[in-house]
Amino acid sequence: MQARPVFLKILDYLSIIVLGVSTYLALVFAPTEAVMGDVQRVFYFHIGTAWVGLMGFVIAAVSGIIYLVTKDMKWDRFEVAAVEVSTVFFFITIALGSIWARPAWNTWWTWDPRLTTAAVTELIYIAYFMLRAGLEDPEKRARFGAVYTLLGGISAPITFMVIRLFRTIHPVVIGSQSAEAQGGFSMTSDMKVAFFFALFAFTIIFIDMIWHRIRLGNLQDNVEQLKLKVTM
Amino acid sequence: MKQPTPSFLKATLAIASKDLAAEFRSRELLSAMLVFSMLVILIFNFALELDVKVRQSVTAGVLWTTFAFAGTLGLNRSMAVEKDRGCMDGLLLAPVDRAAIFFGKAISNLTFMLVVEAIVIPLYALLYNETRIFQLEFLGVLLLGSIGYISVGTLLSTMTVQTRTRDVLLPILLFPVAVPVLLASVKASGGIITGAEFAEILTPLNLLIVYDVIFLAVSYMVFDAVVEE
Repeated sequence: MQARPVFLKILDYLSIIVLGVSTYLALVFAPTEAVMGDVQRVFYFHIGTAWVGLMGFVIAAVSGIIYLVTKDMKWDRFEVAAVEVSTVFFFITIALGSIWARPAWNTWWTWDPRLTTAAVTELIYIAYFMLRAGLEDPEKRARFGAVYTLLGGISAPITFMVIRLFRTIHPVVIGSQSAEAQGGFSMTSDMKVAFFFALFAFTIIFIDMIWHRIRLGNLQDNVEQLKLKVTM
Repeated sequence: MKQPTPSFLKATLAIASKDLAAEFRSRELLSAMLVFSMLVILIFNFALELDVKVRQSVTAGVLWTTFAFAGTLGLNRSMAVEKDRGCMDGLLLAPVDRAAIFFGKAISNLTFMLVVEAIVIPLYALLYNETRIFQLEFLGVLLLGSIGYISVGTLLSTMTVQTRTRDVLLPILLFPVAVPVLLASVKASGGIITGAEFAEILTPLNLLIVYDVIFLAVSYMVFDAVVEE
């Protein structure tokens, strides 16, 4: 096995540092929100994880398309890495949102468009892993995986548009607010610092994790090839 | 000597008619889908206590859930038959565009689903004295929804028959991706039943058409990647 590249090592340490700083900014530095109080601090990590989660799903769909065109297994490993890391981050987003919703909306869960879309999206990518688990041929697994991430990537935005026909109470902090939203607020400049730093921090952590996952994918491939050699 | 290759349309129709001919001789698939649909409605009848008041709001939902479940049954079966008897290899060897296989299978699957709908809808109307479902708009939504559901379903069932978990996997893959079709169809057909304004139905209807066009196009483009050996 190759040793960790220097740049990856640096990225590992950087990830730990930015996570620490971001935690400090979110929990101590940012002012307490006037109406909701301390629970609003969940917001920084909620958006941070949602950002990388959604970015990962888009990356996965794009690398799926590239795989279908080039048939290079490298893109399949990239796609799996993106989906796997994003599914975890997206689950954290949903859990954090739920923690916030309990005091703000007085319920853990509601069938709001964003929440429903998030749940459906998460289910799509869980189904993705079940599809891959059902296939033994790595090349077929890669092809089917790429097709499914593509379908999921197209379906999720349409799901959001359809469910919006029902109604929404999810606040929109950036951009225009809907009249029925509950729990919205506007950010002060200190909040913005914590907010943008959280986005930056999670992007770094995301890149670091994807890199590790791709290395793991390469190792898995090597093991499979060695196993084939032994049985032959 | 050059082999004569049939035109795209001819090949598509040939595949569809072979499926339909086989089905109308054995009627295994249609009868299973029909009996299953009636059982689902029967269960809904007791689970939701479908009295006059409840029916006002849930008729569209009950019907679409029934068709979605019956649809997966049909999709699974129609692809499993091709795979188990080695017919898929034969189809792939035929000198036709792979997309013709997709459209042929999609047309026959759609026909099965429409036949089931054509029998279940009057039965539902008879059982629950619900004549409002005989509206042209309602039937139009039914057709659009079925097209979207079957186009993505045909693609996914081609994938799932090749996996180890096959029958179990299809609904798990299909339902989350087909959520927009089902929700938009329920919204649109529910609006039609309760006599909502046309403007209210227009948005889900537009989304339904958008979904149909996008997913037919995507399925057509990626089908090659799903069947190649």
